[in-house]
Amino acid sequence: MQDTFKHAEACWQCGTPAEQDLFCRYCNSLQPPDLDYFRFFGLEPRLKLDPEDLQQRYYKLSRLLHPDRYTRKTSREREYSLEATAILNDAYRTLRDPIARAEYVLKREGFENVEPRSKNVDLELLEEVFELNMALEELRAGDESARPQLEVARDKFLAMRSEIDRDLQDLFEEYDATRSREILEKIRRLLDRRRYVQNLVAEVDRELSN
Amino acid sequence: MSVVQIDFGKRKRARVVGIDLGTTNSLVAYMETPPPKVIPTPEEGKLVPSIVSYTREGKIVVGEEARRRLITEPERTVYSVKRLMGRGIADVQDELKLFPFQIAEGSESVIRLKLGERTFTPPEISAFILRQLKQNAEAHLGEPVEQAVITVPAYFNDAQRQATKDAGRIAGLDVLRLVNEPTAAALAYGLDKRHDGVVAVYDLGGGTFDISILRLHEGIFEVMATNGDTHLGGDDIDNLLLRIALEDIESEWGRDLSGDNSAVQQLRRAVVKAKEELSYALKTVIDFEYEGRRYQRELTRELFEKLITPFVDRTLGPCRDCLADAGVRPEEIDEVVLVGGSTRIPLVRQAVENLFRTRPHTELNPEEVVALGAAVQAAILAGSVEDKLLLDVTPLSLGIETMGGVVSKLIPRNSTIPASATEHFTTAVDGQTNVLIHVVQGERELAKDCRSLARFELKGIEPMPAGMPRIEVRFLIDANGILNVTAKDLRTGKEQQVEVKPSYGLTDDQVEKMIEESIEMAEEDFRQRQVREARVEADTILHAVEKAKQDEAYEALSEEEKQRIEEAINQLVVAYHGDDHVLIRTKIEELNNVTMKLAEAMMNAAVSKALKGTKL
Repeated sequence: MQDTFKHAEACWQCGTPAEQDLFCRYCNSLQPPDLDYFRFFGLEPRLKLDPEDLQQRYYKLSRLLHPDRYTRKTSREREYSLEATAILNDAYRTLRDPIARAEYVLKREGFENVEPRSKNVDLELLEEVFELNMALEELRAGDESARPQLEVARDKFLAMRSEIDRDLQDLFEEYDATRSREILEKIRRLLDRRRYVQNLVAEVDRELSN
Repeated sequence: MSVVQIDFGKRKRARVVGIDLGTTNSLVAYMETPPPKVIPTPEEGKLVPSIVSYTREGKIVVGEEARRRLITEPERTVYSVKRLMGRGIADVQDELKLFPFQIAEGSESVIRLKLGERTFTPPEISAFILRQLKQNAEAHLGEPVEQAVITVPAYFNDAQRQATKDAGRIAGLDVLRLVNEPTAAALAYGLDKRHDGVVAVYDLGGGTFDISILRLHEGIFEVMATNGDTHLGGDDIDNLLLRIALEDIESEWGRDLSGDNSAVQQLRRAVVKAKEELSYALKTVIDFEYEGRRYQRELTRELFEKLITPFVDRTLGPCRDCLADAGVRPEEIDEVVLVGGSTRIPLVRQAVENLFRTRPHTELNPEEVVALGAAVQAAILAGSVEDKLLLDVTPLSLGIETMGGVVSKLIPRNSTIPASATEHFTTAVDGQTNVLIHVVQGERELAKDCRSLARFELKGIEPMPAGMPRIEVRFLIDANGILNVTAKDLRTGKEQQVEVKPSYGLTDDQVEKMIEESIEMAEEDFRQRQVREARVEADTILHAVEKAKQDEAYEALSEEEKQRIEEAINQLVVAYHGDDHVLIRTKIEELNNVTMKLAEAMMNAAVSKALKGTKL
């Protein structure tokens, strides 16, 4: 979806043909930013990234692009600097988090509704969720005896989440090696499940801390 | 005799100053070469009390002079106005119980304060303070100052930031950047020089509390998380002590002073003095005299600490949340920096030390450190510092209201700014041409529990069946932490018109009008100042010439020369009583020229006299 953006064909300042660089190779003026998060960082679109390397690239790009460096430049370069730094920061926020990164790759590969906002019940978890809701109701009604049960449920969901995360790691590696759409489909289902479990944990935490 | 004149024509490069616009005090600083320096006030102090008074003659008075008027003219004098920035009347009910603000009609979205016969908005009041700082800087640096970095509490929301920026514009300043106060403090300490690491900045000022956790890496100051309370500060301690003293007095004297503004202001000064003394003494006395009666009450540090414990504890919750958001354990904090006058309180220092298990830095004056950091950031923006870079965050999540009043988060809190998010919108009804977007800031799930930022109206959508239009809206938080919204019609690729209705704050038109008004006032101010300065110079030279006339060298001049000097003196005296500073300066110059020979003669005489007295 980010590919709809057309990168400038020539430098806005001097007309030198652009080569997807941040700066014009002839006159060194800042060019409009590339909107693709991976390309922005000069990286291959992979699900496994080295966090250290990503951080170093982030700092280096920040030094080059940050609006603080452009207060005395033309208004056009100031605008590009703001745009580029916003995208740099959005990209870093997304890519450094494995889950957000995977969701981004899914969107990039044309999957729709990657982050559904409705809370569809995961059928495999139906029974647990039913019990959980009962316990939550009891606690809300002031029955403190439901508390230990909720704590047990919380630990169970946390264990579930850890398991999902391990499975995801394996699938990430598999995808990077194969680029298979089937793997992406599996990742997508796991991510849905993870989000669901995550919401349950958050809900229990909220009730327990009240 | 020749007077050194300031040449406004010679400008090296645009000067950018750093300003700490505080709840209690404000400061301005600059940096030519490190370290940064605070610019003194004309009275040779450093802090300008953030107090503004509107006199019966229609003049604005700022700082120490306004502070004195708190007692003589409390109805025309306002302090702690920062607490009202970017807020509506519903937000400030609690403050109104404790502060003698007089609110005028029509204060729902912007508070209007009544001072005598006029009303002022908080950005206008702040602009008077900024203008004073600007003048102090110009007088000290001998050149016009038009660009500034202004600091704000890290936890300030969009409306509070916008109000601060508006204040700068009204004061005739181009605000190059709003910088978060704790971040500025970290910059002032230059901790990056020593080593890379994780730093916590605990900033407890007069009216606000901030905590920020930063990672330092080769000159990059990356804020990992920030938290705080924009309504927690030393003022709250003052109000607590004030309340106790008022109750005491009522039981001792049988008289309730709480309705007497002037008495309350004097008592406030007495409790503040006692509070400050307890930072180094173990006990003190609240001493207050009013209408021939005296109230004295001993206050030990032990009791004081007991009284303020709940208040200190209120800062610890945000600290823990901030650690959690940064993903850092207390023992991973390498250094702690204290900022704000309230961190002089030993109990506060102890609490910080206990929490972070690190002895906090206190080398720099906690009241100056923010302004000093702002000056460093000013130097970064001016291009004279290249090895440092601040990467700050937005303190609150940004979202839009969706169906059922639920917030859909677009940019999470603690995202590095600038940050952006893109959303697609369409219509719900056939032929609909407008779409309303409600943007909120905050962490709660329902829009009504968050802070309303603005309503954006997408206008002029082509009438089409429902769901057909595709409008892409981009929300961008800039490096000042202020939201910008742009929209594009994806079918036509054209920019879409967006009309902004800020929920709190001034519209652009209102700010423009205030700028115009203030420019009129400012030109008058500036001219008056020019005249004043020229007169000071004239006094100096007139005095020197009078003295020279007693000298032997004067007697040696020809009558014609004496005549020319007399003529020049007369012309200068005439100009002196006018209000044209250019004319005064011209006449000074002329007097300087005609007394050149006299000055030389006197100089030679002095030299030969000195030689005579010396045995060679």
